[in-house]
Amino acid sequence: MSARLAQKIAFTILLLATLLVVLPVIFILGIIVAKGASAISWEFLFSMPRDGMTAGGIFPAVLGTLYLVLGAVLFAVPLGVLAAVYLVEYSSDNWFSRLVKLAIVNLAGVPSVVYGLFGLGIFVTFFRFGASILSGSLTLGIMILPVIITSAREALESVPRHFRTVSLSLGASRWQTIRHSVLPHALPGILTGMILGLGRAAGETAPILFTVAAFYLPRLPQSVFDQTMALPYHLYVISTQVPGIAENVRYGTALVLLTLVLLLNLAAIVLRSRFRRKKKW
Amino acid sequence: MSMSGIAIATQRLDLFYGDFQALTAVDLQVPEREVTALIGPSGCGKSTLLRVFNRMNDLIDGVRVSGQVLIGGKDIYAVDADLLRLREKVGMVFQRPNPFPLSVFENITFGLAVHQLAPRREYDMIVEKALRSVLLWDDLKDKLQRSALGLSLEQQQRLCIARVLPLKPQVLLMDEPCSALDPIATLHIEELMQKLKQEYTIVIVTHNMQQAARASDRTGFMYLGKLVEFGLTAKIFTQPAQELTENYISGRFG
Repeated sequence: MSARLAQKIAFTILLLATLLVVLPVIFILGIIVAKGASAISWEFLFSMPRDGMTAGGIFPAVLGTLYLVLGAVLFAVPLGVLAAVYLVEYSSDNWFSRLVKLAIVNLAGVPSVVYGLFGLGIFVTFFRFGASILSGSLTLGIMILPVIITSAREALESVPRHFRTVSLSLGASRWQTIRHSVLPHALPGILTGMILGLGRAAGETAPILFTVAAFYLPRLPQSVFDQTMALPYHLYVISTQVPGIAENVRYGTALVLLTLVLLLNLAAIVLRSRFRRKKKW
Repeated sequence: MSMSGIAIATQRLDLFYGDFQALTAVDLQVPEREVTALIGPSGCGKSTLLRVFNRMNDLIDGVRVSGQVLIGGKDIYAVDADLLRLREKVGMVFQRPNPFPLSVFENITFGLAVHQLAPRREYDMIVEKALRSVLLWDDLKDKLQRSALGLSLEQQQRLCIARVLPLKPQVLLMDEPCSALDPIATLHIEELMQKLKQEYTIVIVTHNMQQAARASDRTGFMYLGKLVEFGLTAKIFTQPAQELTENYISGRFG
């Protein structure tokens, strides 16, 4: 076999392997769009479900997901960024900081259903928040903490050392240095992590299953102690639990959820690339 | 200012990085409003000594200092010494021009904002004064809002000098401030030092013996953590008292 032929075969195999990775994504997107696009309308997005969820819209689920994501971010971003600041700027390499880093890595590997059970045990039962937006948000928040902390750490570490040295040499305190010379330059990276966390929180079903998600609610949630419907769980319900729901409604719901998550990821990518272009040091 | 025109005085200064002794029994008296150069081969401790004066060595784990360092008559290693105030009064210019990725204006007001030294309405005036001091005003007066990273290296280094001036420092420490610059820019910075020494005490670490000879009033030669010889630059470079100094400045080692 000639070298040229061997190369051709190798390239073909590589190309096929790559295509095989892309194909399922295109296939899934294609099917969902093809089967679900016909359901999308203003009414579908912005009205309450009717007739045992077989008709009407998915507004409560969309709104509920937005609430949950917002709550998770409000909880996880400040906590995660502060933890990252501590790890990068204050702690030296001792057993405690190594333990925290190990914990973060492990937290990232915990299956999402375990977070759900944890949230049920801690927030719903122990703190008596009940099945509520608060419980669900906190559970999702803990789930996305590792993403937030890891990306914030990377962002902080990528700020050049001399920003800190110069700031300190001008007589700034360590906190002033972090606040004025480090954090502002790490912000885009931190935002990227936040959006990735958002996307993940929006899409997960298991953590909200026991902590907040309602099968069906005739009204919108009034406070953080109310249950709410949420897109991922709603999708599960109308796909498996309620008979007689039109196919395009199911796929339409999936399309809305998918679009929401994809848009969030896209925003993260755009932000990150703008950050890289602006970074001149 | 302080006692008999001495800006910085060290007495039996030792400095250790862990077990390694980087400075041994350094006795040095830096006169006010002069340029004092520290020369010596790599690793001789001249940068370490410079960083004693604004305690930037504190950032390194395992540093120990003994002996006394007086700046403006105050022991800067005293237990109750105010580190932030010290660094306000002892400014530093680094080897590589390192402006913040902010505008020219914001670079100069950074220290002001940190120390809340002046109300915001005085910023324009202070920025102009700082830029005039480093002879950048005419070049940059219309570019104050531009990013400092867009300036030439020489302008960046001048800006880094201007950045410490609003704090009204007593001492300017310069750690090989010209090593990233071309010869013309180097000369310009040296001329600037002659102008600045009318108001500030300047201590410069340099690898470049010609620079020490051209730009400084006094020179200290350091070797293996010791201050071998210290005196008027003209004397050090023509009739050094120590053989070691003579060998170094004549290029026999280094």
